[in-house]
Amino acid sequence: MPHGLTAAKPRLWLDNGRVTSSTETADHCDARPELAPRFASLDWSALWRHPERAQGTREMVRVMPGLMAWALVTGMVMAKSGLPTWVAALMAVSVFAASAQLSAVPLLLAGAPLWVIWLTAACVNLRFTIFSAQMRKHMVALPLRWRLLAGYLTADVPYVLTVQRHGDAPPAGPDNLAPLAYFLGGVVVNWTGWSLSALAGVWFAAWIPASWGLGFAGALALLALLVNLSKDGRTFAAAVVAGAAATALFGLPYKLYIVAAVAVGVVVGLTLDGWSRARQEGDL
Amino acid sequence: MDGHDLYLLVAVLGLVVLSVVCRSAFFLSDREWAMPSWLQAGLRHAPMAALAAVVLPEVLLQQGQWPTHLADARFVAAPLAALWAWWRKDMMGTIILGMAIFLPLKAWWG
Repeated sequence: MPHGLTAAKPRLWLDNGRVTSSTETADHCDARPELAPRFASLDWSALWRHPERAQGTREMVRVMPGLMAWALVTGMVMAKSGLPTWVAALMAVSVFAASAQLSAVPLLLAGAPLWVIWLTAACVNLRFTIFSAQMRKHMVALPLRWRLLAGYLTADVPYVLTVQRHGDAPPAGPDNLAPLAYFLGGVVVNWTGWSLSALAGVWFAAWIPASWGLGFAGALALLALLVNLSKDGRTFAAAVVAGAAATALFGLPYKLYIVAAVAVGVVVGLTLDGWSRARQEGDL
Repeated sequence: MDGHDLYLLVAVLGLVVLSVVCRSAFFLSDREWAMPSWLQAGLRHAPMAALAAVVLPEVLLQQGQWPTHLADARFVAAPLAALWAWWRKDMMGTIILGMAIFLPLKAWWG
């Protein structure tokens, strides 16, 4: 599949010439939570020249047409909302969270108290806090300022791609740059593409009719990721149930339906894993 | 810059800070901490669950409500695009095919 998505990887990691399987590392981590060595300083050129950086860039570039259509529509909606153009433009290049900034727009227009706006955004952003628990393993060795920057850049798709490819790998550190290089390669493209496209949406809002439905391209891009990155049938089934739960719970305030649906997906996934293990043991 | 501009500016800067803090919450501190192994196993399903939670309401709901009519371009375009994505493993093709079905149908059905 030369031009396609990268399907689920076999869980083998070549790390400093030593091949470890993910089960081995997982057992090892459970027994003795080991702190990876910290970065004293970050060698950006080594990180940038790492082959995983190019890989991360390539995989993100494939998703960008859909994401940029989404960003364009987000920018248009903000520009047409009645907010001053400078506010829409500032949000387009700085907030970097489509759902949070769209939720904030009606509150800003109504002149809601700041704490209401921020609390709403925090609730809308709650799913990213769950994601940060999974990203921690690869981020914790970085100095605080780079951890903060990495957090800012962890939007949905960089998170999904990084966890799918490096979620089972040993923690990133000075001796294991691969996960961070991959993340860096993706986020550079994602932040730049998203922000420029959202800004273009703000600027050209008057010329692009909303009725075209360009935003649907974003849904299609995520749909393609969903179909191709599911590692096994159980994850895919859990995702379908989570999607159904999200649809049913769509009316929850503060977009909490996403967090609720992720929780449903995790519980269903764990249950299916348990059944599958029980059946395998029964077969033996 | 009047008071209203300042209000908007502070609100937006707060949103930026929240983007940073919410997304790095679990690695703000670098003290030793290990996720319980059951949670670690469960969260392996989280990325796909999150994608589905964003995509499915986007495809299924009409203005945030349960669908009232079936002549909806998304109901045709999304399953065909998903089949194409699964068969060809091709992101660009999926977006092009999906939009090629979606846009004319939307123009036709309104």
